[in-house]
Amino acid sequence: MDQPTALRGATVPASAQSPWLLEVEDLHVHFVTTRGVVRAVEGISYKVRPGETVALVGESGCGKSVSALAIMRLLARPAGRIVAGRILFQGRNLLDLPEDEMREIRGRDIAMIFQEPMTSLNPVLTIGFQIMEPLLIHLNLTEEAARARAVELLKMVGIPDPERRLDQYPHQFSGGMRQRVMIAIALSCNPRLIIADEPTTALDVTIQAQILKLMKDLSRDLGIAMVIITHNLGIVARYANRVNVMYAARLAEQGSAADVFAKPLHPYTAGLLRSVPRLDQPRGLKLETIEGLPPNLLDPPPGCRFAPRCLARQDACVAQVPEIVQVEPHRYSACIRAREMAQVGPAGLQLQSANPQPPVRKALDKAQPLMKVHDLKTYFEVGAGVRLFKSAHLEVRAVDGLSFEVFRGETVGLVGESGCGKTTVGRTLLRLEEATAGEMVFEGANVTRAGGQQLKDYRRKIQVIFQDPFSSLNPRMTIGQIIAEPMRVYRLVADRGAARARVAELLTQVGLFEYMAERYPHELSGGQRQRVGIARALAMQPSFIVCDEPVSALDVSIQAQIINLLEELQAKFKLTFLFIAHDLAVVRHISDRVIVMYLGRVMEVADRDTLYAEPLHPYTKALLDAVPIPDPEIEAKREHRVLGGEVPSPLNPPQGCVFHTRCPLASEECKMAIPELREVRPRHFAACIKV
Amino acid sequence: MLRYTIHRILLMIPTLLGVAVLVFVLLRLMPGDIVELRFLAEGGQVSPEVIAAERTRLGLDKPMWRQFGDWMTGIFVGDFGISMWTGRPVVDEIASRLELSMQVALMATVFAIVLAIPLGTLSALYKDSWIDQVIRLFAIAGLAVPSFWLGMVIILVLLLNFNWIPPLTYTPIYEDPWTNLSQLIWPAIAVGYRYSAVATRMMRSTILDVLQEDYIRTARAKGVFERLVVARHAMRNAMLPVVTVIGLEFAFLIGGLVVTEQVFNLNGIGKLFVETVTRADYTMVQALVMLVATFFILVNFVVDLLYAALDPRIRYR
Repeated sequence: MDQPTALRGATVPASAQSPWLLEVEDLHVHFVTTRGVVRAVEGISYKVRPGETVALVGESGCGKSVSALAIMRLLARPAGRIVAGRILFQGRNLLDLPEDEMREIRGRDIAMIFQEPMTSLNPVLTIGFQIMEPLLIHLNLTEEAARARAVELLKMVGIPDPERRLDQYPHQFSGGMRQRVMIAIALSCNPRLIIADEPTTALDVTIQAQILKLMKDLSRDLGIAMVIITHNLGIVARYANRVNVMYAARLAEQGSAADVFAKPLHPYTAGLLRSVPRLDQPRGLKLETIEGLPPNLLDPPPGCRFAPRCLARQDACVAQVPEIVQVEPHRYSACIRAREMAQVGPAGLQLQSANPQPPVRKALDKAQPLMKVHDLKTYFEVGAGVRLFKSAHLEVRAVDGLSFEVFRGETVGLVGESGCGKTTVGRTLLRLEEATAGEMVFEGANVTRAGGQQLKDYRRKIQVIFQDPFSSLNPRMTIGQIIAEPMRVYRLVADRGAARARVAELLTQVGLFEYMAERYPHELSGGQRQRVGIARALAMQPSFIVCDEPVSALDVSIQAQIINLLEELQAKFKLTFLFIAHDLAVVRHISDRVIVMYLGRVMEVADRDTLYAEPLHPYTKALLDAVPIPDPEIEAKREHRVLGGEVPSPLNPPQGCVFHTRCPLASEECKMAIPELREVRPRHFAACIKV
Repeated sequence: MLRYTIHRILLMIPTLLGVAVLVFVLLRLMPGDIVELRFLAEGGQVSPEVIAAERTRLGLDKPMWRQFGDWMTGIFVGDFGISMWTGRPVVDEIASRLELSMQVALMATVFAIVLAIPLGTLSALYKDSWIDQVIRLFAIAGLAVPSFWLGMVIILVLLLNFNWIPPLTYTPIYEDPWTNLSQLIWPAIAVGYRYSAVATRMMRSTILDVLQEDYIRTARAKGVFERLVVARHAMRNAMLPVVTVIGLEFAFLIGGLVVTEQVFNLNGIGKLFVETVTRADYTMVQALVMLVATFFILVNFVVDLLYAALDPRIRYR
């Protein structure tokens, strides 16, 4: 048998020659709903060797999480059913085991880490008890022995002061720390396999890098195999040995991470790889997208599920369901043209446009800034409510001295981790929060305290697109009513007929159809709802739009569609954007200038290309390092300096430079005074005394 | 914690003051006058002079603000006045009846909790099965059946099947527990049924919600026994809204047992309420309303403290 030389990164342990640890064979999972049977997983097969890391990649709803829960036999009952297939773990078919034997395997031999650290721990039980619980159940340890082991585990996952922390409750831990606790629980009984379902999706990039590195190190040191479920191709590239790409309940492609990224053998994988904005590639090209939407699994299309969106589609694709077959050694694909693709590459199949579309030209008016913000401060008081005694005065300085200018037609990116105040900046500009100090000048007029008609005029010209397309649209209103509402309030349309015509026009402009005006939000997909949000903002014919994380809730292929739409609309209507996001690659793609924030303060401001090519501030550098790039070769060569620590509490920010507690360059001086934002190079500002 | 308690107690003052003003004014807006009513009850012809003299004796001839001021200063030194009807101190009139009402309320609460928590949990765990259907039927019936009707049925069953009637006069529990319990257990069940039905339904729906939570999935993924998943991980989290319902119902029972007390011939607060209102016995009604209001506030406070005990995220400073 040949050695798996294609595997990259850490050497595969000697046990690679031993039989497979986990074999999933032709797994089928159905969900019975009132609207019919959803075939959530259809014929998935993959194998995991002891000690290796295997990734399941795909967009939401493709069945990746369901297939993982099926291994644990934890599907929602009674709706979820495993209707066919085998799941062999160490040679035993888990699906044949009685429930009690299966329960003994859970947490002892196979452990699981979930996506949401904030809700995955029981809020009313101590951390210590939750870690000790599997030890008491599976290993019959005494209370003292379990406690000692829990202390050891907390140390292992990097939680300081473990003895004291054991008696605390989950709400006393940050998101990153809770995920460490989840890892400690998973490790407690020395499992053979850990299934991690989007383990870092809810975390900030620097914390994500910490957690993934921790998981990788532990699995290597302890010889634990991992199945990572993710939508993030960068994570796959950095951490996985082998990849399974899923699309609409079926496997699209399988192979080693290096091979799949270098030479995708399925049009879906190829499209996915190209629709992600990347930090390591020259920017300026329009993002390529996979047009259309993933199919509805209640009523999937015949033949290949990807065919309706595939540029290489042939008649045979629709006629039959393609089998997943071996195309090259260790390479499997479910595309009938995979062999062809292996020969000529994605471009040969006309998957890639031969001459990429040039970037949209921007006409910048640099004469006078459209919006000028000077020394803006927004503070919140904490502990409001009826108080008879005056309690200690606490305030959060969400935004503390922010100055910037935005020119007409420009996109300014605002990046930072959660809690850095970027959303508050947007809300203050929108006058949804009252500025504590400083001023905002819009089109030459000070709008910081504007009221009455002036405020009304301002609000018409400045609009917002929110992050969550699921909760930002009123579920009881039709799409038409939602879009028309601001026009009615501001009397921008004469009558109902005019409103209806305008709504139809707007829907077409954002790539939707007129008939959707009659629909309700729940009838649309996430991407479509975000388009509605954009249409609502456009309805007012604004000149300035605050985009608050407009694509972070969307899948990769949909994200690219929305970004392109925003760019097109910007050119067409001469719009100006403040683009708030935590995803550095997306911000790089769309912005002209970028502001980096940390704990309410600006760390660095520069033109996009300058900032990404030559970052000055240590925080910007750390952020850029933390983002995994979807290319295993680059990731293998990169040195991963993981930024330690966590963002301090904004209630009690560090003295001097707010970043000094985590900064690799920090010295005593940094604690003395708050560094000024100074022009280190022409048009490149940084707030650091070390640069 | 101490600070929080003091804070809450001080906050009671404006609330109770508001209640006092409201009940004082409303009573005096009511048609009818205690003096006229009382003499009317005695059936004799009474001269206006006698009525005026009686009014002066009771202090009803003073201006409103003086009457209110006297009442307030009285309360301040612990003097709730004397009943305008019986002439006995208000505190004495209420004390014996409060004892009875408290006992019935407490017994009903225990009965409701003992029934509701397991039934609600079972109902949620076996959702849509026959167990769930039976429990839901039981709970719906509890909401639909008036407690006085259930009380009459209980008395009839006891009488017809066992030829036994519960004792009709109140015996305090410290004098003769057996007689006391055999009298009060039946009204407690009659009102406790509705009470447990409310709590059962609440328990069922919160358990169903909690079972959907991520941490329940985590517990299962750890290999925790299913019964421990429910008992340890789900039930405590599900208790918060149930505690609220139980607390509010308890406070209600102190003064709200009017009809049931009638059925079981109990001399409780509820019955006293009705009597004193029909007699326009200002001092009594005022004292009773203040008592019930204080109860509601205290129970709410206790519920808040229970929250903190159940949920470590809630801490009061």
